Amino acid sequence: MTAQVITVTSGKGGVGKTTAVANIAVALASTGQKVVCIDGDIGLRNLDVVMGLENRIVYDLVDVVEGRCRTRQAMIRDKRLPELFLIPAAQTRDKSAVSPSDMIRLCTELREEVDWVLIDSPAGIERGFRNAIAPADRVLVVTNPEMSAVRDADRVVGLLEAEEKPAPLLIINRVNMNMIKRGDMLSVEDVYDLLRINILGIVPEDENVIVASNRGAPLTLDGKGKAGLAFQHIARRLNGEQVPFLDLENRGLWDRLRDLTGRK
Amino acid sequence: MPSMLERIFGKKSAASAKERLQLVLINDRTDISPAMLEALKDEIIAVISRHVDVDPSTVHISMEHEGREQRLVADIPLRAAKNRRRGN
Repeated sequence: MTAQVITVTSGKGGVGKTTAVANIAVALASTGQKVVCIDGDIGLRNLDVVMGLENRIVYDLVDVVEGRCRTRQAMIRDKRLPELFLIPAAQTRDKSAVSPSDMIRLCTELREEVDWVLIDSPAGIERGFRNAIAPADRVLVVTNPEMSAVRDADRVVGLLEAEEKPAPLLIINRVNMNMIKRGDMLSVEDVYDLLRINILGIVPEDENVIVASNRGAPLTLDGKGKAGLAFQHIARRLNGEQVPFLDLENRGLWDRLRDLTGRK
Repeated sequence: MPSMLERIFGKKSAASAKERLQLVLINDRTDISPAMLEALKDEIIAVISRHVDVDPSTVHISMEHEGREQRLVADIPLRAAKNRRRGN
């Protein structure tokens, strides 16, 4: 096996990085591929709760890096998917407990054992971000169609260019079609125009995201809701499949009737 | 809240967001502020004027972008030869 190492980052906090990592990981692992997620947000870990694994943590990323346990021991197996693992972040340390070369070393080891390594980067552009992108083969930048999220995404893309990383791919999260139609939200085309990096996925705003994190069961597990479907499509695109973007239009009765009569 | 008229005829908030972001991103990417661009323009005019006659009010300097690449574009119309006066 030679895993692909994928880092999910954003610059701005709260745009949905952790949600994206959890859901893409579940989608990949449910096809039988072996996936390990690493929570890179030392001091502010959250991937454990989104995945519902918070009660199973014994060792964490810093324990691995500092040699207190073997990598294997810090890999928590998911409750539902036997091919899915999480290496949690340490909660009582800070970002400086890990270095970019530690991350590269860890990922070199993991590459031989799994199909995918997904790294959840912390917000910001400092040490935690540097750690998270150091081992990445591909970087996914998550943004929302909103001023500060797009601006921060652009900063991150610029930093990745300066690091000579391969061109990142964009995930536009929390897209609200009704607001776009009203002219009160940047459209997918607007965001693409501004950032000019290729789009990997478009994820609609969806209340199910909060419901899923309340339960600690990522959306893509039950395949309910459009956001869950969008993340499944992202996983398939990462696997090299061509999947058309979701139709996010909340179409009314008239549109559907017109479709029906038009087709007949 | 925008008034009814604004809602019908005025600019939608997404359009202002895009316009504002375009400027902010150019600034972020190049580290050239509008004030710096102004200073740059004055210096360019001073240098060019030493050699050819230009009307400072017609000089236009702007940032353009193609994909993620930024370009500084200077449009400097020359004064017609018949109007040319030595030493400005």
